[in-house]
Amino acid sequence: MIRDDFRVLLVDLTSGRGTVESLEGRSVHVGGSGLAAALFERHGQMDEPWNDPRQPIIFAIGPLTGYFPLMSKTVCAFKSPYHDQYAESHAGGRSALSLRFADLDALVVTGRADRPVCLSIGSRHLEIKDVHYLWGKDVGTTGKLLRRMFKGSGHRSILRIGLAGERGSAMAGINVDTYRHFGRLGGGAAMGVKNLKGIVIQGDGTFALPEGKAYAKLFQKVHQQLTDTEMMFKYHNLGTAENVAVMNKLKALPIRNLQQTSDPEIDGITGEKFAERSLLRNTACAGCPVGCIHVGFVREKFMEPNQYFYRQVAYDYEPIFATGAMLGVTDPFAVLDIMDTVEQTGLDVMSAGVALAWATEALGRGIIKQEDSLVPLKFGDAKTYTGTVRHLAAGTNDFYRLLAQGTAKAAAHYGGREFACVLGQEMAGYATGEVFFVSQALGFRHSHLDSGGYSYDQKVEAVDLDEAVEFLVKDEQERVFLTSMVVCLFARGVYKKELLAECLHSVGYDTLAETVQEVSKGLQTRRWQIRLATGYDPASIEIPGRFSNVSTWKGPINPEMQDRLRQHYAQKIVELGRKESG
Amino acid sequence: MKILTTPRMERCIGCHACSLACARLVHKRLSWDTAGIRILSSGGLSTGFEAKPCYACDPAPCAAVCPTGAYTQRKGGGVMVKKNLCIRCGACDAACPVDAIYLDPMGEPFVCIHCGRCVPFCPHDCLEMVDVPGTSDPKEESKEAAS
Repeated sequence: MIRDDFRVLLVDLTSGRGTVESLEGRSVHVGGSGLAAALFERHGQMDEPWNDPRQPIIFAIGPLTGYFPLMSKTVCAFKSPYHDQYAESHAGGRSALSLRFADLDALVVTGRADRPVCLSIGSRHLEIKDVHYLWGKDVGTTGKLLRRMFKGSGHRSILRIGLAGERGSAMAGINVDTYRHFGRLGGGAAMGVKNLKGIVIQGDGTFALPEGKAYAKLFQKVHQQLTDTEMMFKYHNLGTAENVAVMNKLKALPIRNLQQTSDPEIDGITGEKFAERSLLRNTACAGCPVGCIHVGFVREKFMEPNQYFYRQVAYDYEPIFATGAMLGVTDPFAVLDIMDTVEQTGLDVMSAGVALAWATEALGRGIIKQEDSLVPLKFGDAKTYTGTVRHLAAGTNDFYRLLAQGTAKAAAHYGGREFACVLGQEMAGYATGEVFFVSQALGFRHSHLDSGGYSYDQKVEAVDLDEAVEFLVKDEQERVFLTSMVVCLFARGVYKKELLAECLHSVGYDTLAETVQEVSKGLQTRRWQIRLATGYDPASIEIPGRFSNVSTWKGPINPEMQDRLRQHYAQKIVELGRKESG
Repeated sequence: MKILTTPRMERCIGCHACSLACARLVHKRLSWDTAGIRILSSGGLSTGFEAKPCYACDPAPCAAVCPTGAYTQRKGGGVMVKKNLCIRCGACDAACPVDAIYLDPMGEPFVCIHCGRCVPFCPHDCLEMVDVPGTSDPKEESKEAAS
């Protein structure tokens, strides 16, 4: 619904009660990232640890969610078990439209239930149901049971956690509608610590649209632009998996714990190979006609002579990089098998793949022993990795419990920090150069999507420190407005400022439409202020030695320049967070 | 006369663009419910999607039970709806054998009028308007488009 305030449902799991809060400030906080930050300021405990029951887990959508195509994502914000600071993770599925049609701009969950529960909400109901019998169940089984227990097939979103979230792993994600995830920085543990196994959001409300034909006409124009572009063809065709061959050719694909950046064997797991051999179908987030989600299949012979079962597994570039290239596994079906195990245990796939790549090298170098890893980890040995993923999710022994808190923490204890592929958190799949490494290491979400550092590396031959930092800051500022809207970032080439302003105008957000630039600056500043207030010191972030030994298509990395860039960007982040308060 | 059909639902990606278009263009609402076509997963997302359209019954049981004449038989199948005659009794919904009618919380019914405005929004060409044999009367078609 179009309104200047935000309608927020607050649910306290300790008391089992909810309340609806109205928060002013549409033209300041916008929604998504901005709204989540405002809600964390209001309900979060800056100085208390992530697992304090009072800490909120926040889900926020944007002002145009549902009103225009690809306004289809949700921002999840929480204090992260990974670094005990404020964090965001983003996902799509049906979560955004379900919140819209539940007539909510945001959901905030605080407190801790005394036993495992599922929260079910909609435009006309709120229920907290005891689901203790689901504790320990995998993500797939949990989804199926929740689907049966609550009504509303097709017009709802089902969020749930697996074993990793229940056990408090800092690598635990939240599964959204089977194929999407709030993957990074431990959102699954933020739910698990509250005894919150699942959330079902029923989108059962409807709203009037603006009078006149202008809105529908603009919708048609935006729809046309989004479905006509070449960029969208990429996401619809091979999907993000197309990048595997591209990055391998560029010598920018992290392989075998970033010991290599290119390898002919990678030809086995390119987007083209996945499409040819294992692609079943595409699917989409609700409200997105692009349909970038690629679902592959893996079948298993469970009995001779010809008894099989099959599983469907969604794949993308990042999961292929993490469970394929990083682990040296180059068969699509073997990669899908590892991904599925990660999925079912509720781990974040990028974190898990990179952590296990480090563990493999650490075992090979004798830094850890097989009594730690429990299995003889070996690059390329897919079957070993599926078992290891379960150990990582369950925290079977001291080694896996520590590794599940972050590769850097395990490396600090056992050794091998120089080859831990950690940039703020386990790296994303871009060994493109100094600017990306610094961008992910220091960036707000420690994500490749915080700003386009990987693209800067590819476009700019000779890096100028001031220009690079200016680019990172400016690009982040544009993206924080997009993630406050909350647009899928794949559509960032279409949803330029002018078009966003036009869309905002068409539904009546005139003030916001006219102040996009100033509002973006404010969003960026406030988000950094919160991150800094929860303990972030960008100057303390280190970039492990492995990243200085990488060679890309440009040649070897320049470690001195990388370090100067790191210091420069760290200083800039501190300035950004000081601006308003200073 | 043409009717809306859903011959290629195995291609559906669950974007809901059809439902949203119907709600937006025909019923002037933001909704995935108040639409003449609704999409749901057929037993969970891993089994794909199915549509809940109107199958253009002739005679239409919903029109037969409507006590006020709000629903009348449409030539070629399906119904014509006059919302101002509707008393929100819900009889149409109860009579529909395929759950094609959605009643909003106030009891207002929403059903496909076979106008085809959802069709161009489907990115995978799942939907199609088809001629009903023996009903191609241009006068009737223009009357229908205006209703």
